Amino acid sequence: MADVVVYVDHVDGAVRKPTLELLTLARRLGEPVAVALGAGAAGTARVLGEHGAVRVLVSEAAEFGEFLVVPKVEALQAAVEAVSPVAVLVASSAEAKEVAARLALRIGSGVLTDAVDVEAGAEGPVATQSAFAASFTTKSRVSRGVPVITVKPNSAPVEPSPAAGAVEELSVSFSEGARGTKVVSRTPRESSGRPELTEAAIVVSGGRGVNGAENFAVIEALADSLGAAVGASRAAVDAGWYPHTNQVGQTGKSVSPQLYIASGISGAIQHRAGMQTSKTIVAVNKDAEAPIFDLVDYGVVGDLFDVVPQLTEEIKTRKG
Amino acid sequence: MSLRIVVPVKFVPDATGERRFGDDLTVDREDVDGLLSELDEYAVEQALQIAGEADDAVVTVVTVGPEDARDALRKALSMGADKAVHVEDDDVHGSDVIATSLVLAKAVEKTGFDVVVCGMASTDGTMGVLPALLAERLGVPQVTLLSEVSVSGGVVSGRRDGDAATERLEASLPAVVSVTDQSGEARYPSFKGIMAAKKKPVESLDLDDLGIGADEVGLGGSWTLVESAAERPARTAGTVVKDEGEGGRQLAEFLAGQKFI
Ligand SMILES: Cc1cc2nc3c(=O)[nH]c(=O)nc-3n(C[C@H](O)[C@H](O)[C@H](O)COP(=O)(O)OP(=O)(O)OC[C@H]3O[C@@H](n4cnc5c(N)ncnc54)[C@H](O)[C@@H]3O)c2cc1C
Ligand SMILES: Nc1ncnc2c1ncn2[C@@H]1O[C@H](COP(=O)(O)O)[C@@H](O)[C@H]1O
Repeated sequence: MADVVVYVDHVDGAVRKPTLELLTLARRLGEPVAVALGAGAAGTARVLGEHGAVRVLVSEAAEFGEFLVVPKVEALQAAVEAVSPVAVLVASSAEAKEVAARLALRIGSGVLTDAVDVEAGAEGPVATQSAFAASFTTKSRVSRGVPVITVKPNSAPVEPSPAAGAVEELSVSFSEGARGTKVVSRTPRESSGRPELTEAAIVVSGGRGVNGAENFAVIEALADSLGAAVGASRAAVDAGWYPHTNQVGQTGKSVSPQLYIASGISGAIQHRAGMQTSKTIVAVNKDAEAPIFDLVDYGVVGDLFDVVPQLTEEIKTRKG
Repeated sequence: MSLRIVVPVKFVPDATGERRFGDDLTVDREDVDGLLSELDEYAVEQALQIAGEADDAVVTVVTVGPEDARDALRKALSMGADKAVHVEDDDVHGSDVIATSLVLAKAVEKTGFDVVVCGMASTDGTMGVLPALLAERLGVPQVTLLSEVSVSGGVVSGRRDGDAATERLEASLPAVVSVTDQSGEARYPSFKGIMAAKKKPVESLDLDDLGIGADEVGLGGSWTLVESAAERPARTAGTVVKDEGEGGRQLAEFLAGQKFI
């Protein structure tokens, strides 16, 4: 059976959920061969095997942490040459997209980014993508080389599918160019204890209407009652009320949760670009004319400082 | 010798207008008003700041695009860039990102560069991978997605706020940089800047000038293929209620009905 290379996104051996989703998609195209790089890579094998990875190619070279992007490109290139896959799947993050694009150019293949679905087709994998702030849906494929496709989080279910997950050492010899951009220091992000924004099943976001950093406690309380991640509009981020890592939209994160709750957010096109594909959308806004209401499944016209705390209380009561 | 800064800027359909695809499934760039991609204004701004810190620098803006793309160059020139290069050729129409990166790489090489400053992503394609491809093609370091950037003593350094960590990066020139919208507000063109821009040189190049064959670009030379594009069905109108004191509880009722609680 044909092999499909899956590039593993992990933090010190802890596999991130989008990679498990990729394994589900990869199994539609062939047998998943995972490639895990960097510190802790070998520790990913068990989980990957449980989700369908037949083999796990591993390299823990220090270069992956010391230099930007290119060492990963060279390792993936070595994996592609060793495996001769029918496709390479990568989870869409800013860095992984860069890795995917450079890999594609090197191996003479086309690249598609930010797919929301991947299916087998007569002439190779077909990727579904969203365009123009998700107002269009396109289907595309790669017409030359080994298709390299990056896939957005929440595009497929995580499905257990036991496979060997056999660990093999991937040997990579780095070029001089791989050492071009030095990572002088790295400060890991402190965890908020809440789910990762792009992976969360529920996202609760606040905008300019939240009117102050301290008021974000109201949004956080609602998020916590639902076990949700917290998002923010750019207006709220630019005002310094919430960190940029939580921004939803064109220049922030793109999210596609089961439920998105927007409070005090008008629904500008650039914000919609990052949340329009959410399954269920709910908004609280005191302006009945706010464009966000064009998107909602349920909307409340009202002051978020009345509605949101009442909602949080009611959820707590119902959950007991 | 002066520091040669090149800024690739893209002319994109206005996001607040009705963006759509043409009959050949490429982005319709003709019937929709376009402008300089807002995210590339940040690149022009950082380029101008880097130039300001250097003893002597020349900022050249480059675009690959149709006739109207000249508007994007004008805007960048009125912000303060020194000169412009417009790559315009009918055969480029329909190029995907890998083909576009070939054209831009050749144009940047022909212009001559020490540092290339890109935007973080185009607002129409939103791939955000062209800067990495440019670095690959030019064979120079990529120092991308920076929220802070500076150039001194032949070294570019900056801060990259990634998903899992914030990184400090460093590379020797020549290099390709891209900057995010966190890098600092872009300046507005002054009246003087707008007048001055009219006299600044805009060089026109076609594929022949760059030594690129028509078969290497456009729909035929691209390595990806759009098979279909469909407008997303409008979301079915939802329920909108006015809060009369029970709005939060009504919302909870809705969420419970949807099994979220
Ligand atoms: C290139 C570019 C990229 C961008 N990228 C992004 C991006 O990634 N993400 C993003 O979000 N934006 C982005 N923007 C900005 C976007 O255009 C909007 O400016 C932004 O989304 C507005 O944020 P907002 O909805 O919070 O604020 P506003 O538009 O000011 O809306 C605030 C809303 O809150 C309501 N409100 C006020 N008080 C209350 C209250 N007490 N109770 C209930 N409702 C209340 C108001 O009625 C209003 O509708 C980008 C813009 C550009 C040009
Ligand atoms: N046609 C183009 N002409 C000039 N620069 C471009 C073009 N396309 C992309 N760029 C540059 O590459 C960046 C990233 O674009 P993209 O990868 O297409 O999202 C943009 O912000 C521009 O700086």
